[in-house]
Amino acid sequence: MSAVVRTLHDFMAQAWAMERAAAERYTEFADAMEVHNNREVAALFRTMAGYEAKHAAEIMAQMGWTDATVPAIAAPAWPGFEAPETVALEDVHYLMQPLHALQLALAAEQRAEAFFGQLAQAATDESLRRAALELQQEEREHVELVRAWIRKVPEPDRNWSDDPDPPRYTD
Amino acid sequence: MNDVCVPAAVRVAADYKSGYKPIWCPGCGDFTVLGAITKALATLQLPPHEVAVVSGIGCSSRIPAYTTCFGFHGVHGRALAAGTGLKVARPDLTVLVTGGDGDGYSIGGNHFMHACRRNVDLTYIVMDNHVYGMTKGQASPTTEPDWDNKLAPGGTGIRSFHPLVIALAAGASFVARAFSGDPNGTSEIIAKAIRHPGFAFVEILSPCVTFRPEQRDWRNHVHPAAVDTTDDPARAARRIMTDDGFNIGVLYAGQRKLYELRSGHANTTVDELAAEFAL
Repeated sequence: MSAVVRTLHDFMAQAWAMERAAAERYTEFADAMEVHNNREVAALFRTMAGYEAKHAAEIMAQMGWTDATVPAIAAPAWPGFEAPETVALEDVHYLMQPLHALQLALAAEQRAEAFFGQLAQAATDESLRRAALELQQEEREHVELVRAWIRKVPEPDRNWSDDPDPPRYTD
Repeated sequence: MNDVCVPAAVRVAADYKSGYKPIWCPGCGDFTVLGAITKALATLQLPPHEVAVVSGIGCSSRIPAYTTCFGFHGVHGRALAAGTGLKVARPDLTVLVTGGDGDGYSIGGNHFMHACRRNVDLTYIVMDNHVYGMTKGQASPTTEPDWDNKLAPGGTGIRSFHPLVIALAAGASFVARAFSGDPNGTSEIIAKAIRHPGFAFVEILSPCVTFRPEQRDWRNHVHPAAVDTTDDPARAARRIMTDDGFNIGVLYAGQRKLYELRSGHANTTVDELAAEFAL
């Protein structure tokens, strides 16, 4: 059951938590890909982590929060286990290609856009509605940026997941 | 030395993570379990030097190296024995024992039952992926009998081990199931387990995307327990026996007398300590 957001303060705390969770997950992916020597995808995830961390920092600056004063959210405003902008942990593969990573990022940005749109629709407070629409617009821009990025990366080979030294010795 | 009182800094989850990057496969559920453990420790504001993480062998047993707490990466299946000894010798420490389903339910199966029985005040976290991942995909005690693979064509045909029921029957005073895809919920359950006085068992469904890629679908099956935690073991047993295996939450939290040494700790000899453990 997701929480109802009633004030601008609560709303921005939710938005900050969402951006922060996305940044942490991308960082986790970048670290894991580096360990598995998939440097290109690691760099891409590191870049995405940087963007999300920047968005979180912008929210903190806008609200005048510091690391010590950023409010914890009592309950998330989103349904499900993780924030809409967070890519599910199990959706990555050690041999994945940049296009795959960008497709995951695109889906995450689209979920974030939809989430803010739903909050704007449900808002009864005008300042909250405006803030939700503003963040929805930002996410829409991110969707377009990721789409443009996707057009620049090559299609992976059909056999991208083939590993000459696979973890499954029975393959 | 001046006597200015400096307030202790608030610890955050990152303070409990070492600089070592986990070598788990990308997509492994154990990443979020590590995050959930560190978040739980931050929630409880436990100083890292007052926490010990003890493990056996397996992918998930690498966890001690990834924390800033004291760690002991021991031998296969013996994590609970080492953790029990540590807690009895150093009751001031918070002891977390971590591992996987092979380490805990097969090689260490006997230790598991007797740790539940003894009710030493520690927390046992099992990352269950229903497979031996480190040794490349053999069936484990919790593997489904019909899991068809090249190492066990047609499946093993052997009934799956039911760790939660075993734990309850053996006397664990806290039994919970969590899911690695729910990092916040998992962290809350681990914090409750640490706070619980007695042997607290947390089974975490943690997909192995390399050898059991179909476990990605667990996310679509897992659901919060529909009923509140019970302190009635009979009721808990009925619920756990009949649930679908994807029911998450604290399923049982009861009260039992803690295992305690009957003599003082300071001057206890090894022989006296061994006598305390005589069954």
